[in-house]
Amino acid sequence: MTIEIKTSTLEPVRNTFANIERRFGDKPASRYQEATYDLQAETNFHYRPLWQPEFELNDKNRTKVVMEDWYALKDPRQFYYGAYVQQRAKMQEAAESSYGFFEKRNLADYLSDDVKNLLITYLIPLRHIENTANLNNMYGCAFGYGTAITQALLYNAMDRLGIAQYLSRIGLMLDGNTGQSLIESKQHWMENPAWQGMRALCEEMTTVEDWFEVVLAQNLVMDTLVFNLFYEQLDGKLAAMGGRDIAMLTEFMQAWNKDVNKWFDSVLKTVASESDENKALLHAWTEKWQSKVLDALKPVIQELLEPEAFNLAVAELEKRIKKAGITA
Amino acid sequence: MSAKKLNLKDKYRLLTRDLDWEYSYVDRKKAFPYEEFEGIKITDWSKWEDPFRLTMDAYWKYQAEKEKKLYAIFDAFAQNNGHLNVTDARYVNAIKIFLTGVSPLEYQAYQGYAHVGRQFGGAGARVACQMQSIDELRHVQTQIHAMSHYNKYFDGFQDWTHMHDRVWYLSVPKSFFDDARSAGPFEFLIAISFSFEYVLTNLLFVPFMSGAAHNGDMATCTFGFSAQSDEARHMTLGLEIIKFLLEQHEDNVPIVQKWIDKWFWRGTRLLSIVAMMMDYMLPNKVMSWKEAWEVYFEEAGGALFKDLARYGIRMPKFVEVTEKEKEHVSHQAWWIFYNYGHAAGFHTWIPSDEELDWLSEKYPDTFDKYYRPRWELAKKMEAEGKRFYSQALPQLCTTCQIPMGFTEMDDPTQIAYRSSDYEGEKYHFCSDGCKHIFDEEPEKYVQSWLPVHQIYQGNCGGASVEEVLRDYYKLNLGADNLDIKGSPDEQRWKEWKGVA
Repeated sequence: MTIEIKTSTLEPVRNTFANIERRFGDKPASRYQEATYDLQAETNFHYRPLWQPEFELNDKNRTKVVMEDWYALKDPRQFYYGAYVQQRAKMQEAAESSYGFFEKRNLADYLSDDVKNLLITYLIPLRHIENTANLNNMYGCAFGYGTAITQALLYNAMDRLGIAQYLSRIGLMLDGNTGQSLIESKQHWMENPAWQGMRALCEEMTTVEDWFEVVLAQNLVMDTLVFNLFYEQLDGKLAAMGGRDIAMLTEFMQAWNKDVNKWFDSVLKTVASESDENKALLHAWTEKWQSKVLDALKPVIQELLEPEAFNLAVAELEKRIKKAGITA
Repeated sequence: MSAKKLNLKDKYRLLTRDLDWEYSYVDRKKAFPYEEFEGIKITDWSKWEDPFRLTMDAYWKYQAEKEKKLYAIFDAFAQNNGHLNVTDARYVNAIKIFLTGVSPLEYQAYQGYAHVGRQFGGAGARVACQMQSIDELRHVQTQIHAMSHYNKYFDGFQDWTHMHDRVWYLSVPKSFFDDARSAGPFEFLIAISFSFEYVLTNLLFVPFMSGAAHNGDMATCTFGFSAQSDEARHMTLGLEIIKFLLEQHEDNVPIVQKWIDKWFWRGTRLLSIVAMMMDYMLPNKVMSWKEAWEVYFEEAGGALFKDLARYGIRMPKFVEVTEKEKEHVSHQAWWIFYNYGHAAGFHTWIPSDEELDWLSEKYPDTFDKYYRPRWELAKKMEAEGKRFYSQALPQLCTTCQIPMGFTEMDDPTQIAYRSSDYEGEKYHFCSDGCKHIFDEEPEKYVQSWLPVHQIYQGNCGGASVEEVLRDYYKLNLGADNLDIKGSPDEQRWKEWKGVA
C-alpha cells in the first residue's frame, strides 16, 4: 500500500537556468549543476589586476594546460558547498569519536617512548607538509579557471588545514595539551637533516607559477608518495612497535585520501584525454616532480622504513599515473 | 614534562599559524610576492589577533548542521509552491536584482578571499581569509538554490550569470568588485572586509533579507538567517584588518584613509540600487532608505569612526554629501529604471497611490516637492496609453558606471556633471566623489568597460538596441523587461491567485 497526498502542481515556465539548459537540455538540473556551471565571470573585465597586469582577473593563461571547456573538470563526488560540508561532517564525527576514545582511555600512556619519539620526529611534522598542501590548493583555487575545478581545490585546501589540525591534536594528546611535542616536532622540521630536503621542496613548491603544475605536483605526486609511506606503510611499523592505536587517529587521513583521489584522478584523466599536448605536459610535470619528491623523501624514509618501502610507494604512484592516462 | 597546559588562544595559534615556518631555502617574497607594492608596512605578522577561533572539524560540524536545516526548508518551499506566498508579483523583481547583481559579487568575494587567503604571508590572516572564501562560496551557491524555484515560475532569473557579465546596470556591481579584486591584497581587505562587510553590510545584504521577511519570501529569508553567523565572522575580520594595519605602522594611516574614502563612496553608489529597492520595489516596506541610512550609517558608522579617531582616521571624504543624498537617491534611481525599463531584466512600475503617500510621509522635505509630480505625470500618461521609455542611450559615469541621472544635491532639478581630462580624453562623472576616485587612479579607470560605449563601438553585437538586448544580453524581450503591467509574470500571478 502507498499513501498519496494530493498536492497542487503548477506547471513551471522552465526547468532550470538558461546556462544549464544550454549545456544539458531543458530538464530539471541537479543542485551540483546549478551551483557549479558558468558561475565565474567570463568576459568584460573592467580593470587589469595591479598585481598581475599581464592577465585578466579570470584568465585561462595562468597555466599551460589548455581546455576547450574548463567545466569539463567536473567532480564525480558532485561536491557543492552543502554536499561537501555534510560529507566532511560525517567523517569528522567518526574522527571525533576515535580521538575522544583515545583520550578517555588515556591510550597515549600505553605508547612506548620509542613510539612517541617516532611520532614526534616523523609523523607530526607532516602538519607542515599539510600547510604547504593548503597553500598549493589555495593557489589553484585563486588562479584556476571555472568553478568546477576551483571549488574542489578550495575544499581540498580546507581539508588540508583540517588534517594539519588533526596531526597537531595527536601531538597535543602525546604531551598532555602543553604543546611541547609540537615544538619538538617543529624543531625536527626546521633542523633535523633528514627533513631538510622535504622542507626545501615544500618551500620551492610555493613559488611555482603554473597553478595546474603545482596542483599536480601536490595532489598527485607528493600526496600519493606521502600518504602511502606515512599513513599506510608507517601504520604497519607502528603496529609492530605496539603503537597500533595510532591508526585510530590517522583513519581520517586514509579515508580522506581515497575520497580525493577519486576526484583528482578524474580531473587528470579529463585533462590528459583532451589533447596530446596536455598529456605530454602532465607527463613532463609528473616526471619532474616525482624525481624531486623522491629525492627529498629519501633521507627521512631511510631512517624510518625498510628499503623496499620506496618501491611500494612508487608502484602506487605509477598505478595512478597509468589510470589517469598520463603516458609519454 | 613541566610545561603548563595551553589556553584556547595559544592552542588555536598552534592549530593555525604555527603550521607555517620561516623559510630558509627560497626567498619568502617569491612565495608571497604581493605584500609590499601597495606601500603598506607590516612589521610583525605575529601581532595579528585572530578575529575568531574556529578549527576545521568544528567548522564542518556547525556548517553541516546549518546546511541540513536550510536545504530542508528549500525542499519544503519548492514542494509547497512557496512562491505563491509572496506579497505580489512585483516583489519578485527585488530578488531578480539580488540574483543578477549581488550573488555574482558573493562569487567574486569567494575568489578574492581565496587570492588573499593564499597571498598573505601571515598565516593567521590567511586562515581567516580562507574561511571567508569558503563561506562566500556557500553564499553564492545557497542563493542560487534559494532562487532556483523562483526561476521556474518567473522571468528574469534564467540567465543571471550571462547577464552579469554584460548588462548595462549590472556593470555597476561588477565593476565595484572587479575594482576591489584587481587592487592589492590590503586594499581588497579594506574595501570588502572593512568598508563593505563591516560598515555597509547592514545596508546591502540585510535590506534584501528583511525585505524577504516582510514579503513572505521564506526561501530568501531563511538563507539570510542561515548566513547571519557567517556574516558575524566576516565583520570581525573587517575590524581586525583595519586595527592591525593602523597599529603596524603610522605610515599605513594615510594609505588606509585614502582607501576608506574611495570605498565608502564606491559603496554608497552601489547602494543606490538597494535604496530604490527598499523604497519602491517592496510591496511591504521595511523602512525607508533614509531611515536605514540614518540608523546603519549615521549612527552605527558614526560611532565606529569616533572609535577609529584615535588612530588618526577621520570620517570618509564626501560623507556630508551622503547626508543630502539620502533624501534623493532612491527616487532618482527608480526614475532612471522606470525610464529605461525596456532595457532592464526586471519589471518597473509606478508606485500605487498608497505607496506615493508613504513616500511623501517618509520624505517630507523632498518627495512632494521634486518627485511626486513626476509620478503623477507618468500616471497620467500611462492612463492615456502613453507609458514612455527613453530611447536614447544614457551617458555613464566612468567610475560608478551609473547613468548620469543624479542631480546636484543642493539643486535637485540640475543633473550633476563632472569631468576630468586624461591623456587627451575627456571622462565624465556623476559626482565629486566619483571624479575624485578617478583622479587618484586614472590609469585604472580609463580601462572601465562602459556598457554604453561598448554598444556604440559595436562590441555588443547588433546595430540596434533591441538586438543588443535580445542577442547579446539574452533577454527574453516582452517577458523579462518592460512594465509589470501586462507582463507574463503578472498574468501568471493572476491566474495562480484566481484574480482577473
